[in-house]
Amino acid sequence: MRPVNTPWKGSEMSSCFKIFKNLYRDSVSLMQVSARISKLPGVAQASVAMGTEANRAQLRDAGLGDAAGAGPNDLIVAVAGDEDACELALSTAADLLSSVEEADSAACNAKAAVVSLQAMLEAEPATNLALISVPGDYAAAEAEKAIRLGMNVMLFSDNVSLQQEKAVKTLARERRLMVMGPDCGTAIVNGMPLGFANVVRRGAIGLVAASGTGLQEVTCRIDQLGAGVSQALGTGGHDLHEEIGGISMLHGLDALIEDAQTRVIVLVSKPPAQAVAEKILARARAAGKPVVVNFLGAEPALIERWGVHVASTLADAAERAVALLKDVPPAINDDAREVAAREALVERRSQLAPRRRYIRGVFAGGTFCYESQLICQRQGIVAFSNTPIKGNHPLDNVWQSTAHTLVDMGDDAFTRGRPHPMIDPTLRNERIVAELRDPETAVVLFDLVLGYGAALEPAAELTTLIGDASRTGNDLPLLIAHVCGTDADPQNRNHQIHALREAGVLVANCNAQAAYWAAYVANLQKAE
Amino acid sequence: MSNLFDQSLKVANCGLDSFASNLHEAGGDVNSLSWQPPAYGDVQAGLELASLINHPLVEQANQRAFAQYLDAQPVLVDVTTAVESIPAMAERKLILHAGPPIAWENMCGPVKGAIVGAIFLEGWATSQEQAERLILDGTVALAPCHHYQAVGPMAGIISPSMPVFVVENRPTGRRAYTNMNEGLGKVLRFGANSPEVIERLRWMGEELAPALSAALHMFGEVELKPLIAQALHMGDEVHNRNAAATGLLVKRLIPAMLGSGLPLDEVRRAIAFILGNDHFFLNLSMAASKVMMDAAANVPFSSMVTVMARNGVEFGVRLSGTGNQWFTARANPVEGLFFPGYGVDDAAADLGDSAITETAGLGGFAMASSPAIVKFVGGTPTDAIAHSLRMRSITLGGNGAFTLPAMNFAPTAAGIDARKVVDQNILPVINTGIAHKQAGVGQIGAGITTAPMPCFIEAIRALAAQVREHTGAAS
Repeated sequence: MRPVNTPWKGSEMSSCFKIFKNLYRDSVSLMQVSARISKLPGVAQASVAMGTEANRAQLRDAGLGDAAGAGPNDLIVAVAGDEDACELALSTAADLLSSVEEADSAACNAKAAVVSLQAMLEAEPATNLALISVPGDYAAAEAEKAIRLGMNVMLFSDNVSLQQEKAVKTLARERRLMVMGPDCGTAIVNGMPLGFANVVRRGAIGLVAASGTGLQEVTCRIDQLGAGVSQALGTGGHDLHEEIGGISMLHGLDALIEDAQTRVIVLVSKPPAQAVAEKILARARAAGKPVVVNFLGAEPALIERWGVHVASTLADAAERAVALLKDVPPAINDDAREVAAREALVERRSQLAPRRRYIRGVFAGGTFCYESQLICQRQGIVAFSNTPIKGNHPLDNVWQSTAHTLVDMGDDAFTRGRPHPMIDPTLRNERIVAELRDPETAVVLFDLVLGYGAALEPAAELTTLIGDASRTGNDLPLLIAHVCGTDADPQNRNHQIHALREAGVLVANCNAQAAYWAAYVANLQKAE
Repeated sequence: MSNLFDQSLKVANCGLDSFASNLHEAGGDVNSLSWQPPAYGDVQAGLELASLINHPLVEQANQRAFAQYLDAQPVLVDVTTAVESIPAMAERKLILHAGPPIAWENMCGPVKGAIVGAIFLEGWATSQEQAERLILDGTVALAPCHHYQAVGPMAGIISPSMPVFVVENRPTGRRAYTNMNEGLGKVLRFGANSPEVIERLRWMGEELAPALSAALHMFGEVELKPLIAQALHMGDEVHNRNAAATGLLVKRLIPAMLGSGLPLDEVRRAIAFILGNDHFFLNLSMAASKVMMDAAANVPFSSMVTVMARNGVEFGVRLSGTGNQWFTARANPVEGLFFPGYGVDDAAADLGDSAITETAGLGGFAMASSPAIVKFVGGTPTDAIAHSLRMRSITLGGNGAFTLPAMNFAPTAAGIDARKVVDQNILPVINTGIAHKQAGVGQIGAGITTAPMPCFIEAIRALAAQVREHTGAAS
């Protein structure tokens, strides 16, 4: 009638029991002890019970012996199994029955982990921005929750569909909240670095950028020029697509127009869809404060007619903004920068073997790769790239350079399943070394991106590798780089530049200048 | 325009930890989530959930549903037969069972056994085969207790002639019904249907129910909310431990029973029966909970859970906003301790309507009150408190009528918000007995289990569709 779990082979096993006189334990405690000793190896069955007539009958039925002499106030421990196991079980049971459990008050006071944005808002009601970097599949849902809870959003996550991006941004617009991203890598809000941001002085220049490294370059350059940043807002790379309509950039622009701290505004993006560009520029024209626009590679005249200030490069945007703030004309133009370094370049170039004809750009910053391609193209250099601009060619094999090649090592092809080169430059450094060893390379052009979240000593490993390469070969290409960062960054820009120069790298002030230099050298080699 | 620039930036970091440490290092104010994919990683459900977060329709509905739950005053008003209180039973041969709807073929052993027992009790058949034929040819209809404002523990069988307690919500007059607890061992609710079981049930109808009825008429109605509140201060959580509550009930009824003029022998037998069963109050605790949850039911758009119930195969959930719709999933296993000689292979799946107590903020939610219970999973009183604390994160608020001494007399967490369950992957905890999977063996252990996530996910999707339809927004 009462089923027994364990196949019973009484003849091969022993059974024994122990009676604890006048020991009462509640039934749950008894079941606990019973469960513990049942699990001991070699124990076939165990029972711990008070010695009532019914319980003793049950023990007999189960073949656990007759605990004669036990009364209702006595506790019986009965086991069956290997002889040794039975003994161990009895002594274990005795220990368990006599032990006093220690009270642990820690759990009473422990604060439960907060796992949802809603719970966070309940715990921290003043929360006003959600920084979301969860996997892309879940990112839109978290962003929507944040908005519904009244938080602004920075969405670092990528792989969010345009449809979801649109839905999230539309919802935010209805609630007058800001969405930066998806795929927004950097921002500075109220002086606080979000994502990969640099430590820049606070000031009166406000930015909205659809490009992460573009934003970093302009803010750093502003800092280097002695001015400061009020707000640096990101939009994510898709915001200016026709489908999204620049919701984030328009929102950011409006916010900066209203912001009393902001006196000059800078907008940075790849060329937007026509209709989107017009909407943004119309708003910029009516800003009531100067707006500098760098739509990388866009026809200047098309922008100028909206009454805004056109910048030809990222660095130029910074210089124009600072000049507008100080109410002076922009100090240097791009050509002047190139001429300033001409002598040094000519001297270094003269040591290059004639077969070294090509630029090999290896970038961590996507926008730096893009801008460098633009500048090289303007100098007549058509290049290959994994992210080619209009007029350039795609690489057949992104791992293998050919002729002039500029690669964005932060692109999906290189980052799938591994960290971005800004965080872990190993792969990028390997590519630089490969280009150094290529007998056709005239210039290795690269960037170092500093700031929160970036590698802490980006120059250290690289300069060691360059040192190794120069010891093994006497005929090396030129190395031209620029360092995007500030001296206040954890990595210290000055320190990084010094390390690069020690290793023989020519360090330009900005990405545009580095690209000019590279193009200048390549064109000299070609002319020869 | 957002006035973020004029505020002090306060960030919730959801994802990469390094972003929080950077921000912290820069002097920023940032708190990190221990984020995990909501809805157990179901992306589409996660999106539907997001659409409901802080939604004004849902928030307002929940406020109303929760207030109605808090306002409920369950009062034991009467003892009748089931057929007197449930008119459908007069119209046809109807037997009620625990949990969500389930076809006879799919029912677990104990429920089948109990239904057959009820058919014997009603005298509709005298053999197992005869009884099964009546069910299969539709002569005897089967339906969930919850479809008739009723609840029953374990198999939860209620048939027309059985005595039922009538519990009424004082402010609204809405009633709930429950059968009477038979005690431990061979009992109908665990599927036993032998002559002694039927005999006991007959006796309960013939002697126990009249004695209780007489006592009630002498004593007057019994307010259950204060009684439960008192029991919570005496070590009960009124699901798996009802020792104190049973005592408190008997204390009220004995003088009245003695003064009822019934033969002393009958009174003595009735009292002895109740005193011999520490779980006697469980059914009343369930009916009180049912009345409280019904008060919160049918508020459109509310994400508050109003029913959690199991039929031994599936676990079922109802939301206030989606009315009578059931959301079901396979029941989760019970983590527990077994009586000597039994193990996990002998156990039936989670069974019974008794999870209505957790739905009402009692049982597992009030575990801090009942340190004896937490030992079922090898825990300490501290674990009991941790369970009660954790339930706060998935509920709409606290019920000030039910306070927990071990937590500084904090109100018990109540009003499960299905959104919070899905958003945080925190499942409602349920204290439960474990039935043997074969009919009639009885209880073989007890422990703790949880309500399965898929129920809540489905419920959230249905609610999201309802909200979408109402607001006319495209999905």
